[in-house]
Amino acid sequence: MDIVSYVQDQYITKKDVPEFSSGDTITVYYQIREGEKVRTQFFRGIVLQRRGAGATETFTIRKMSGNVGVERIFPINSPSIERIEVNKKGSVRRARIFYQRERTGKSARIRERRG
Amino acid sequence: MPGLIGKKIGMTSIYDANGKMIPCTIVETGPCVVTQIKTEDVDGYSSVQLAFGEMKEKNLGQPLIGHVKKANTTPKRKFVEFDNDFSEAVNLGDSIAVDKVFVEGDFVDVVGTSKGKGFQGVVKRHGFGGVGQSTHGQHNRARHPGSIGAGSTPSRVFKGMRMAGRMGGTRTKIQNLRVVKVDAAKNLLLLKGAVPGHKNSFVIIEK
Repeated sequence: MDIVSYVQDQYITKKDVPEFSSGDTITVYYQIREGEKVRTQFFRGIVLQRRGAGATETFTIRKMSGNVGVERIFPINSPSIERIEVNKKGSVRRARIFYQRERTGKSARIRERRG
Repeated sequence: MPGLIGKKIGMTSIYDANGKMIPCTIVETGPCVVTQIKTEDVDGYSSVQLAFGEMKEKNLGQPLIGHVKKANTTPKRKFVEFDNDFSEAVNLGDSIAVDKVFVEGDFVDVVGTSKGKGFQGVVKRHGFGGVGQSTHGQHNRARHPGSIGAGSTPSRVFKGMRMAGRMGGTRTKIQNLRVVKVDAAKNLLLLKGAVPGHKNSFVIIEK
């Protein structure tokens, strides 16, 4: 894996992202290219998982849009991500909280982690 | 076609100028040593033989040791012939670096030995559809080939009928892979997409 990590160091610019893990509520500000114009949109939701390692790590976040669940997967080092805000630290026991997909309303709440 | 011999390192992904993620295969290529130049007069056709991959002298047979000594080089693992139309003239014993042959944006063909898959059925090996039903009388034939021919005429199975068997482990060529990056410092080539073979296997990259 020596050469693979050399290529990743050489050609991928690492981003400074705040620390977050599954269960946290975060806002991702990312750029959308429409022809010539570039605008910024945000996506706010609960982190379901962080996946992969090193320069190609990705994370999945989920939000409820009305009654429909919407999930997006972002590569952590994607150049189109402007910044990431951590809004709430959630206290969960698992690294991958896919059970969250089946839950709505009261059972979908995640306790906040203190300190 | 000019080309080089390389070694598949593995896959990763990088971003292009538009921020799009491109899946890439890393191939370590070159410097390849010219070990023989075949000419129309002597051999009846013209080509360049390149060699790649270090090995110990005790592991190489005497005929090949003599062959590499002629080119003034160390014992090599892999010898491949290419057409003699490199951009610069090549001489015996020259070593050809990756940035002399490929530039970013080129389209290349890659030849390798595909990963062995073992004994596989017709659905995986030949892309048959299988039965596609689990009811209407089917109970144990979801991935079977079905009929392999008619009865009285021809009363035999035609040669070449596609059936289950060994899959993979054969010479495979993938065409038109784009060269995403050329790294002359570490002799690396980044190709968009996958190339045949397992990690550390030899591949031939043709322009």
